Amino acid sequence: MSAPASAQELEPRSSGERPPAARTALRAAGLVGSLLVLLAVLTLSIGVGARQLSPGEVWQGLVDSQSAAHAVVHQMRLPRTLLGLLAGAALGLAGGVMQALTRNPLADPGLLGINAGAAAAVASAGAFLGVATFDGYVWFALAGTATVAALVYAVGGGRGATPARLALAGAALNAALYSYVSAVMLLEAASLERMRFWTVGSLASAQSTTVVKVLPFIAVGLVLALALARPLNALALGDDSARALGARPALVRTAAIAAVTLLCGAATAACGPIVFVGLMVPHLVRALTGPDLRWMFPYCAVLAPVLLLGADVLGRVLARPGELQVGIVTAVLGGPFFLYFVNRAKMVGRS
Amino acid sequence: MNVVRLAGGRSVLLRPRAAAVGTGLVLLAAAIGVVSIGSGDYPMSPAEVVRTLTGGGDPAQHFIVNELRLPRVVTALLVGAALGLAGALFQSLTRNPLGSPDILGFTQGAAAGAFLAVVLGGGSLALAGGAMAGGVLTGVVIYALASRGGLHGYRLVLTGIGCTAILTGVNGYLLTRAQLMDAARAMLWFTGSLDGRGWEEAVPLLAGMAVLVPVVLLGCGRALPVLEMGDDLASGLGVRVRRLRLVLLAAAVLLTSLAAAAAGPVAFVALTAPQVARRMTKAPGPNPLVSMCTGAALLVGADWAAQRLFAGHQLPVGVLTGLLGGGYLVWLLIVQRRSGRI
Repeated sequence: MSAPASAQELEPRSSGERPPAARTALRAAGLVGSLLVLLAVLTLSIGVGARQLSPGEVWQGLVDSQSAAHAVVHQMRLPRTLLGLLAGAALGLAGGVMQALTRNPLADPGLLGINAGAAAAVASAGAFLGVATFDGYVWFALAGTATVAALVYAVGGGRGATPARLALAGAALNAALYSYVSAVMLLEAASLERMRFWTVGSLASAQSTTVVKVLPFIAVGLVLALALARPLNALALGDDSARALGARPALVRTAAIAAVTLLCGAATAACGPIVFVGLMVPHLVRALTGPDLRWMFPYCAVLAPVLLLGADVLGRVLARPGELQVGIVTAVLGGPFFLYFVNRAKMVGRS
Repeated sequence: MNVVRLAGGRSVLLRPRAAAVGTGLVLLAAAIGVVSIGSGDYPMSPAEVVRTLTGGGDPAQHFIVNELRLPRVVTALLVGAALGLAGALFQSLTRNPLGSPDILGFTQGAAAGAFLAVVLGGGSLALAGGAMAGGVLTGVVIYALASRGGLHGYRLVLTGIGCTAILTGVNGYLLTRAQLMDAARAMLWFTGSLDGRGWEEAVPLLAGMAVLVPVVLLGCGRALPVLEMGDDLASGLGVRVRRLRLVLLAAAVLLTSLAAAAAGPVAFVALTAPQVARRMTKAPGPNPLVSMCTGAALLVGADWAAQRLFAGHQLPVGVLTGLLGGGYLVWLLIVQRRSGRI
């Protein structure tokens, strides 16, 4: 895929009157600021819990194996925080890629049934094949994710789909797949006991081994997605223009579905289906960066974990001494966001 | 299609095909019901079943048929009919073949109510009441959210999808808060099952339907096809669009909630029944009456099959309708996509 003749021509000119250099500096500064926010949330996520740790104690616990907080930080809070970081980045970026790919503002891995595909595959693997470890079912989750991603894209009408049509196709698949999942849970009490916690979407069961195992999938997905920013930018101009700019539309779409599959499949296998992160983050980010995906994707990857870990911390604070699973917090926070979005007349169109 | 003119300038539209299909479905549902009553650990021939139902038979048969097996079949017929009618109304109101309570969020709303009742430690009556309240409350919320500045089909559907997502999260939370036994009971209910249904489930449903069905069929039956032509045209033809829509929506939500309270949210019957009815009658527009018959035949048939399909293993009926309906749904999505209707 050769580089476009001039990057200037690809630059969407929507974010005002500033000269490009100043805009770039501003966006870079914003990205650094976002990273600082992420750092703060990471500290918070390690610090908040049954035993509160100050930022200083968190640092001590991280680096000093003699400190009192070492065990708590390393055995419990760090895996959970790292998993939240990875899953958040994966889901946010997957949402961004999906919205760019379908040119559809309502695209979200949860709403379009892609997470449900992973859930159905994991439920089947657990109930019929006795697969109960992350190693085993991550492959099933990836297979389920890939199948549903391709299906919803094809069924929802590919490029020509209206937002509402795609959301509807996704909702239909969601309903079908979750009815299958509940049937499986019902037929086997053991999988109910296991799955009822998994289907909510939670970081609570995170272990350092899970983090290590999920890392390669998400890392490959992240790199692939970030590399797709430029060709997807070109694709936004329509297939003919994209071809003229040197992008190969069919290849880009396939690669984008592969990236979504890796990101969502791995994240869902590790923490269960989490909705709305992939919907909310790209929209908030677009307000900051404008529509240029080369900036949007990095911002998504940084700010989505802020949202996910923030929701996780909120869940721990709200329901003390127990906790609200992060999937519930994002559903309850994200739902109103979605409803607000739907109620803007533009989205509904003529209907 | 024939118009029969009555005295006094009134006229009735007769659709021979729809009438034939409806009659056939009623007979089919009755036949499956009789076979279903006759089969079990104490098998009876259809003739014996009919004789017992009409008042004959010995006391043992009388007890088995009227007390044990008939309530289940009657509940199946009623739930199927209610869901078929509700589905026809929803699909007509949203002008979309996918507009069914499963997708609009009422199922999840009813489930949230029922789960809450289970978590708070209620019995089966509280569970049914919770389901009813949850479904109706969800309906009110969705209507309030979607009806600002006029109700549009797609906005209703999308609002429902948003509410479904929120409620799914809430339900998952409630499920994790429950004891495993309670969670299993709630899941069984959520799948939709007719096991052990007695007259106490069938009678409230029958009473509700006795009120709602005439209201819908006689009160709104004529205006419903006009409403599908669009708000402006319907207003021009003298239909009070807002009021009609509110009445129909309320009736559909109540029917869904009543059915859910009796048997749990049996998946996809409301989605498939109107579509199957439409294909069989080949009639344009909504077909509330035939959809009702289709739903009844579908559910009583599915329940019979779910009891017999795996020897020694009774599946809840919702598993079967979920799997059948899910497959049908994917097929529908592909076909509708080709013809550009969704």
